[in-house]
Amino acid sequence: MNRKAQILEIIREVAHKDVNPGADESLFESGILDSFALPDMVSAIEREFKIEVPDADLNPRKFDSVARIEAYLDNRA
Amino acid sequence: MAFLRAFGAYLPSRVVTNEMLAARLGVEPDWIVSVSGIRERRYAGEQETVADMAVKAARDCLTRAGTDQSRIGLLIVASGSAERRFPGPAVTVAAGLGLAGVPALDLPMASAGSLFGMALADRLAGQYRDVLVVASEKMSTIVDQGSADRNVLILFGDGAGACLISEREGAASIVASSLHSDGAFANDLHLPLQGPLEMNGRSVIMQASRKIPRSIQETLAAAGRSVEDVEVFLMHQANQNLMDRVAQTLEAPAERFFSNISRYGNTSSASMLIAAAEWSQQAGFRPGMPVVFAAFGAGFSWGALLAAG
Repeated sequence: MNRKAQILEIIREVAHKDVNPGADESLFESGILDSFALPDMVSAIEREFKIEVPDADLNPRKFDSVARIEAYLDNRA
Repeated sequence: MAFLRAFGAYLPSRVVTNEMLAARLGVEPDWIVSVSGIRERRYAGEQETVADMAVKAARDCLTRAGTDQSRIGLLIVASGSAERRFPGPAVTVAAGLGLAGVPALDLPMASAGSLFGMALADRLAGQYRDVLVVASEKMSTIVDQGSADRNVLILFGDGAGACLISEREGAASIVASSLHSDGAFANDLHLPLQGPLEMNGRSVIMQASRKIPRSIQETLAAAGRSVEDVEVFLMHQANQNLMDRVAQTLEAPAERFFSNISRYGNTSSASMLIAAAEWSQQAGFRPGMPVVFAAFGAGFSWGALLAAG
């Protein structure tokens, strides 16, 4: 499974919906995720990609779309 | 080490239900319940001030303690919604309580103010004898300003709470506390000079979901206690969904988190002490049983405090 597919799988798991958001589609404005799903998604990203997201990076904008999550992971690589 | 002697509260009589807000905001009453757990909140009268409510909560606290103000050596008043820049409400509350000459300290921190006040009082009680901590908020005036964000307006209510902390006696002793602040996110929850209150709810939830459980664990660890030992968690009543999430993260039963948010909404710094006042009337401290206080709010500032009967 490639990284984008892994991210989409996490989003589906956290949203409890079989969604397929576009790379730049806002996960929140589109209603795919609500505010309380956001911490769950970040925790799932930490587990899946074996990273620790520091509190300073807990900015909703960094995790607002598949593309932004990929960019965040690129920066952490 | 200081002791928690009594709590007190004051809630204005005017009830504002979800139905009353929903029509005006173009939302369904049940939506408000689903996103917050709130069904109604109290609004103070137009002429009722932060200090007026604080004095009433303080008097309730002193009555419950079975004492008067004569041993109070320090007054700490937390409020993020005071009517003027300075002086803050502490001196007015002191005057209302007949505490002329007693130092009166303001904590204009909003939601975490009462927790910080309690932790400070714990350290200062040895010098000042009894320390009265009061938190009072008239949130209705700072969220309901015409252009207010509906996601903010539905959350908040008015009220006041108080706690008497004594150097010598009380129903429970303060065992440990942890306080933290991080100004990197100060603009994500703030009240500009001209209002209304502005909040990035997602940022608040992201940060609070991690920081509250972590500070509770830190405080318990400092005292050699665990989550399983805790009789009740008295948290800042910010949002029922957030309290449920904290319980889930700590793997603690949700019913151990005292909640009255459905009736009063989020009264910012006052909420934790109002909750404590209600809990102490319904249940109260039992010998040896740990109780955890926790709060998170603007700044961000957050922390936890452990007391044991």
